[in-house]
Amino acid sequence: MDFQLSEEHLAVQKMVRDYTHKEVIPTIKEWDRKQEMDPNILPRMAELGILGINIPVRYGGQGFDYISLGLVCEELEAADSTLRVVMSVHTGLNSMALLQWGTEEQKQKFLVPQARGEKYACFGLTEPGAGSDVAAMKGTAKRDGDEYVLNGEKMWISLASKAHHALVVLRTSDDVEDPHDGLSAFILELDRKGVKTGDIHGKMGVRAGSTGWISMTDVRVPAENRLGEEGEGFKIAMSCLDNGRYTVGAGATGLIRASLEASVKYAKDRNAFGREIGRFQLIQQKIAYMVQSYEAARLLYLRAGWMKNQGQRNTRETSLAKWFATDASFDAASEAIQVHGAYGYSDEYDPERYLRNSKGAVIYEGTSEIHQLMQAGYALGYRDDGELRCELPAYDPDFWQAEA
Amino acid sequence: MKIAVFVKLVPDSAATFTVDNGQPNWGDAPLVINPWDEYAVEAALALTEEHGGEVVAVSLGGENAKEALKHALAMGSSEAVLVSDDALAGLDAAGAARVMAAVVQKIGDVDLAVFGKSSIDSDHGMSSAMVARVLGWPSLSLVAAVQSAGDTITVERSMEEGRQVVESPLPATMSVVKDFGEPRYPSFMGIRKASKAEIPLWSLSDLGIEVPTAAVTRSEIMAPPKREVTNEIIKGGSPEEIAATLADKIIAEGVL
Repeated sequence: MDFQLSEEHLAVQKMVRDYTHKEVIPTIKEWDRKQEMDPNILPRMAELGILGINIPVRYGGQGFDYISLGLVCEELEAADSTLRVVMSVHTGLNSMALLQWGTEEQKQKFLVPQARGEKYACFGLTEPGAGSDVAAMKGTAKRDGDEYVLNGEKMWISLASKAHHALVVLRTSDDVEDPHDGLSAFILELDRKGVKTGDIHGKMGVRAGSTGWISMTDVRVPAENRLGEEGEGFKIAMSCLDNGRYTVGAGATGLIRASLEASVKYAKDRNAFGREIGRFQLIQQKIAYMVQSYEAARLLYLRAGWMKNQGQRNTRETSLAKWFATDASFDAASEAIQVHGAYGYSDEYDPERYLRNSKGAVIYEGTSEIHQLMQAGYALGYRDDGELRCELPAYDPDFWQAEA
Repeated sequence: MKIAVFVKLVPDSAATFTVDNGQPNWGDAPLVINPWDEYAVEAALALTEEHGGEVVAVSLGGENAKEALKHALAMGSSEAVLVSDDALAGLDAAGAARVMAAVVQKIGDVDLAVFGKSSIDSDHGMSSAMVARVLGWPSLSLVAAVQSAGDTITVERSMEEGRQVVESPLPATMSVVKDFGEPRYPSFMGIRKASKAEIPLWSLSDLGIEVPTAAVTRSEIMAPPKREVTNEIIKGGSPEEIAATLADKIIAEGVL
């Protein structure tokens, strides 16, 4: 068993850390207060190649492995969750789905510009009335000759108002025994006639990010924009979540680290009763729990990343990594506030932002309750992951790094 | 244009310096490429992007100095060379300059040898001038911008008094200040190239030079005495009273 990150992994980690420390952290509080996304974030992440980190070079990416994707997400969310959210939707939920399920034509048309960062991408599954209960969705796609006509509304969509492409899941058939089998996935260019998008304000956290909605009214898309087979939408969506949740779990690990580092610094700077507060055992206990959470969360997501590299199905392990890390990131941020005392309650310090940012990930991409059901289901033998028609390809450095 | 850029591995700028038994100690601080050298690599890369050519990164040191070279490769340098030899231990600045000059000659056809303005550990900031002296080349120090480069080079020097434009024939040496522009991050493709790079190792015998004799030796290293800082909150009934008390204290302390 080799726990050593490669030289490339460490260099990728350092590069992204340098970027966030120089260009993100100095101003993130202002953007969070303004509830606006720094307009430099997306173009800069694109320019630096971060958006296509684990996509093969032949498809416009940087050709690194899935562990690198996790390390990048950890670094980004240690700065601010909004940057990791970009990776979750653009890369994890959308680009990796194209890599897994797309035809060669779809990869060339959509994946290449996304991996290069020339086009931004998002993912539309949730609707105003359908979250965890995916099959309750109302949005439809009706076949009309060589086209589909899309109608419906997608809600809580990160980058809805910034993206060029959305991967949306809609109902193509009611005439099925299991409503999950009536769903299909489509690549939707968001400049098509009948598409409207907007932002949602007043969120508790991820305030420096873009979260919004997509409305589709009689939107016509060519049949070749359908990803996978008709009726395969639910399976595709769940496979997308295997990748999205991986980025969320890795990112939440970074948030734990940020809470830990802030707490350690403050505990050594702040004095009370004649000594630095880090000398008090109850402060030490909080820090010890953060260390425990960070190390465990990190091992969990790195195992999931390793399994992706090997081409092994990792739904169970990714779910566990996401569930554990997001719950632990909320606890760590809350305790970081406690370590900071009254200052932790102020936005002059970071922990209150960490806490607000952490809560979203406990809800999206499978609530903690959904993950508990999944884990119990695996343990009790009620749940089994069937084979997919298209599995996420194992990381093959020769294939990934070669030019087309 | 062929450029040799010199980089050094140094303790992180956040490291705490102490003296233990007469020896400098940086604690367990991570070692990083000297921050000023990143500006030098940036300058070298920017010049070759504009005028064509190649950048050869060079470092003197042990095996770990490869870290600095790999950083330079990941930023976009074409090649890297590590000069490593047991005899390098105890080298003074003039001796290091002789070694660096020999490296420039062995690389061959170098138009410009580029340095950061200093290294944050030893901080003497003389390498560019000393290497120029050994090679008999002009030395351009504290360069903030290059206006043109061909058979000659025209640069802007950044000084406390302002800017100075100077022209020099090539080859030359040049030290770079941060006004040149923020160094680029290593690219992902560069990171991969660097991780696969086989960095050649040159010894002093490969360079064809004898071990330079150190003219300067360190007789003693002292850590600066710790400053005792105390805080005092001045109280008073009004801002005027507080200000008057503060002024009295400043005068009493001899600050004014």
